[in-house]
Amino acid sequence: MSTTTVPLGRVASARSGDKGADANIGLWTDDERVFEVLREQVTPERVEAHFRALCRGGVERHELPNLKALNFLLHDALDGGGAASLRTDAQGKTLSLGLLQMTVEVPTELLG
Amino acid sequence: MTRNVVRVGNGQGFWGDSARGPLQLVQGGGIDYLTMDFLAEVTMSIMQKLRSRNPQAGYATDFVAQLERILPHCKEHGIKVIANAGGVNPEACAAAVDDVVRRLGLDVVVATVGGDDVMADLPRLLDSGHGLTNMTTGAPLADELDRVQSANVYLGAFPIAEALAAGADVVITGRVTDPSLTLAPLIHEFGWTEDDHDLLAAGTVAGHVLECGTQCTGGNYDRWESVPDLAGIGYPLVEVAADGTFVVTKKAGTGGLVDVGTVTAQLLYELGEPERYLTPDVVADFTSIRLEQDGPDRVRVHGVRGSAPTDTYKVSISTLDGWRTTAQLTVGGPDAAAKARLTAEILLARLAEEGVVFPAEDCLVEVVGTNVLYADMLPEPATAPSEVVLRVSVRSTDKAAVNRLGAELASLLTSGPPGLTGFAGGRPKASEIVGFWPALIEKSAVEARVQVKEVVA
Repeated sequence: MSTTTVPLGRVASARSGDKGADANIGLWTDDERVFEVLREQVTPERVEAHFRALCRGGVERHELPNLKALNFLLHDALDGGGAASLRTDAQGKTLSLGLLQMTVEVPTELLG
Repeated sequence: MTRNVVRVGNGQGFWGDSARGPLQLVQGGGIDYLTMDFLAEVTMSIMQKLRSRNPQAGYATDFVAQLERILPHCKEHGIKVIANAGGVNPEACAAAVDDVVRRLGLDVVVATVGGDDVMADLPRLLDSGHGLTNMTTGAPLADELDRVQSANVYLGAFPIAEALAAGADVVITGRVTDPSLTLAPLIHEFGWTEDDHDLLAAGTVAGHVLECGTQCTGGNYDRWESVPDLAGIGYPLVEVAADGTFVVTKKAGTGGLVDVGTVTAQLLYELGEPERYLTPDVVADFTSIRLEQDGPDRVRVHGVRGSAPTDTYKVSISTLDGWRTTAQLTVGGPDAAAKARLTAEILLARLAEEGVVFPAEDCLVEVVGTNVLYADMLPEPATAPSEVVLRVSVRSTDKAAVNRLGAELASLLTSGPPGLTGFAGGRPKASEIVGFWPALIEKSAVEARVQVKEVVA
């Protein structure tokens, strides 16, 4: 089976926000087979490495197979969050689009 | 009279959301309840400060102005309003609403839900053995009492349902969990009890979908190119049946989009552990939620499971943690990014000359346009940007030091590299850093307070 390397945004969607000084990123897809790709390849370790410049406290992953979704908690990723953070994106609103830049290897037949 | 379906719309996702929302939802009818969410953690500390200066302040004043516009429509169509606009002073908010009701010549039953504000009670609670330990750090609150700005328990839906049962047309609450604004009318209409965990979980999920307004109807959505008419975006509503199944939709003729994707996006927003979404009323399991498209702009939600709540309330305590500010300039022309970095160095060097030095972790230089948001994720742009925005942000417990940053900013336009502009709005000033102290308190230590009053013109 041939595979193609694509940015996550080609096959999945995401939304992010703040939970105190942590950020969360929800990642989901419409396709069961793509969900298996996400499950295998978008590991907490990879997400932590991807956000190494921002996230100081490790990454925790939860699965919601009912929504074909993964929920990532990025601990201490907002420089204190809320009113304390010095960053432009103190609430982590744009982190979802950052995650969608990460590449995954997808069976070529799944790419429309 | 029991309804088969209860329709709840949310016209306000936060304080500062558009006044279009509530009006759009009540004009011409089509919902039974309008909810409006005004409170964020930082809002509570601001309101507490306003009240300390003026005993009649400390609530969401926008709500009163909006109510004046929507109340005639609500009366015409039998729509009841539930808003957490009370902030730290629901009684003062209700008094302001009374004035509006009289001015409009209407008869309205106004209720308040309070008891969440435990600020004045803190010494007594600590004395009687409630440690209010910081859930994140484990530190006891007693050592930090002098820094506390506000302290509010997150109440649940049942006190609001009690106000509705007493005949309230408008319910004004202090701090309650956001989804309880939606869950409360369902409890009231369908007679759900504290043991109906699956039903309470379903109503909580409905509230979570609604609570950020247009974030479930196509706003802030990464597939934005597929969303029609964002300008006319519709505020969301749910049609809930007595068995807890519900449809997420919006009013006909409004813009935006409701599909499985937009609802999924909002279900995942600000989510922690999905199996344990905690509220005072129930523990909802987000891994049980089932979604199906049910026609254009309609998503059916079912299968939600819940279990018994914990025996504690969450308390949100805000603390004064120092001061911060951001100095911002636009830099144009060749080598814009290099000139921006030099400008930041000059600014910080001039402050250092006067002995104002910020440690590295309390000073951030961002050259917006050079992968500030996506550091290490995206390659550097191949062509240098011809303009960037420089942001220099600092924080300190020393307010005067923070204010020095703003004082040195303007002179850079005549004494720094060329191409600096965009100094507008005067000197940036120090603003308070509000810290949050999450804690738990036994439910038995807190009593919700419901007051109901008929206001007759």
